[in-house]
Amino acid sequence: MSTFSIVSGRRLLIAAVFAACFVSGPAVAGMLQDTIARYTAEVTSADKGFTGFSAERGRMLFFSRPATGKPDTPSCTSCHSDSPVTVGQTRAGKEIAPMALSRTPDRYTESKKLAKWFRRNCKSVLGRVCTAMEKGDFLTFMATQ
Amino acid sequence: MLVKSIVTLAVAATVLSSFMAQADERYRPVDDKVVIEECGACHMAFQPQMLPKKSWIKIMDGLSNHFGEDASLDEKAVSHIKKYHVEHAADSGWKDGKFMRGLSDSSAPLRITETPYWVREHRKEVPDWAWNDPTVKSKANCIACHKRGNQGDYDDD
Ligand code: HEC
Ligand code: HEC
Ligand code: HEC
Repeated sequence: MSTFSIVSGRRLLIAAVFAACFVSGPAVAGMLQDTIARYTAEVTSADKGFTGFSAERGRMLFFSRPATGKPDTPSCTSCHSDSPVTVGQTRAGKEIAPMALSRTPDRYTESKKLAKWFRRNCKSVLGRVCTAMEKGDFLTFMATQ
Repeated sequence: MLVKSIVTLAVAATVLSSFMAQADERYRPVDDKVVIEECGACHMAFQPQMLPKKSWIKIMDGLSNHFGEDASLDEKAVSHIKKYHVEHAADSGWKDGKFMRGLSDSSAPLRITETPYWVREHRKEVPDWAWNDPTVKSKANCIACHKRGNQGDYDDD
């Protein structure tokens, strides 16, 4: 009797570990939520009236052509294509997976990678780094696409 | 005794020269994880054997304006990647690689596609229309035409 329950208890544990390995969806979304929470803290520390990020402002950032950065990269869409759900292309011809989280679920999970590309791409397109507000808006937009 | 050592020498020379001929055909695939990750994000990670040391140093010192883009990295990554490229550059071996052909000692081109060797190999073989194919987009898109370019193999048609 006692042997039986130990065995089945162990089976349950193994099953639970397996389930945890395969159900990675919520874990990924969780990491993005953590990142957005970090940007929220950053924005709120400077602006007490902050009411939350906006997917609409994120959309405008993605589609705008500020042309205040480097001449060959007037817009985010120069490389990420004219739609968040389609494949983009670098200037050297390499494919870029779609930016929408629904199409590329493993995006926006590595904070070092994220910080590196925001820094570079904002400098190339806008000629300056992006604010925490812009980054939060952008991610909020991509999470809803 | 003398005969024996002459034979040994001859065998050694044959082995060595066939090894060199083989080494000459291919470019050593990039085998450094940091280089593959950081220099392979926007285009394939080009083999360091395709430019001289001086060129790689210039490229690595100018990443914040890299062919019209910001490709900057932290200092640690920059020095690691620079070291790898300098150690495997076209002029790093005891014998210069093919990409040194026609290059003067003082020149340090920033583009592989502007070296005399690359220009010559492509001028005679590639028709103009091939460059205008939108899936190629850029001369630097080597693997659009050389499917095994990442493995250092460019000898295909
Ligand atoms: C010159 C081409 C180019 C432009 C212009 C560009 N990007 Fe990117 N972006 C890339 C490449 C290449 C990557 C890395 C490849 C990948 O993540 O699939 C990337 C990655 C990113 C990432 C990281 C994604 C992740 O998975 O962590 C973010 C965020 C991003 N870009 C935002 C932007 C924003 C915002 C703009 C406009 C202000 C922009 N990009 C403009 C080429 C570009
Ligand atoms: C943010 C994107 C990006 C990253 C990251 C990047 N490059 Fe580039 N690279 C480019 C673009 C764009 C070009 C120009 C392509 C063109 O003109 O068609 C280029 C061109 C080159 C060329 C010249 C290609 C030719 O025409 O012969 C070399 C060499 C080169 N890159 C080396 C590197 C090295 C080394 C690294 C890693 C430290 C690196 N690149 C990382 C975007 C990038
Ligand atoms: C538009 C197609 C195209 C592109 C893009 C292209 N090549 Fe080539 N390349 C060719 C053709 C065709 C030949 C000649 C046939 C052959 O030997 O493969 C050639 C020949 C070569 C050779 C000589 C091969 C040999 O026989 O030893 C080298 C090396 C080479 N290319 C390197 C490159 C590199 C590096 C790039 C990117 C910077 C590049 N190529 C981009 C089409 C292309």
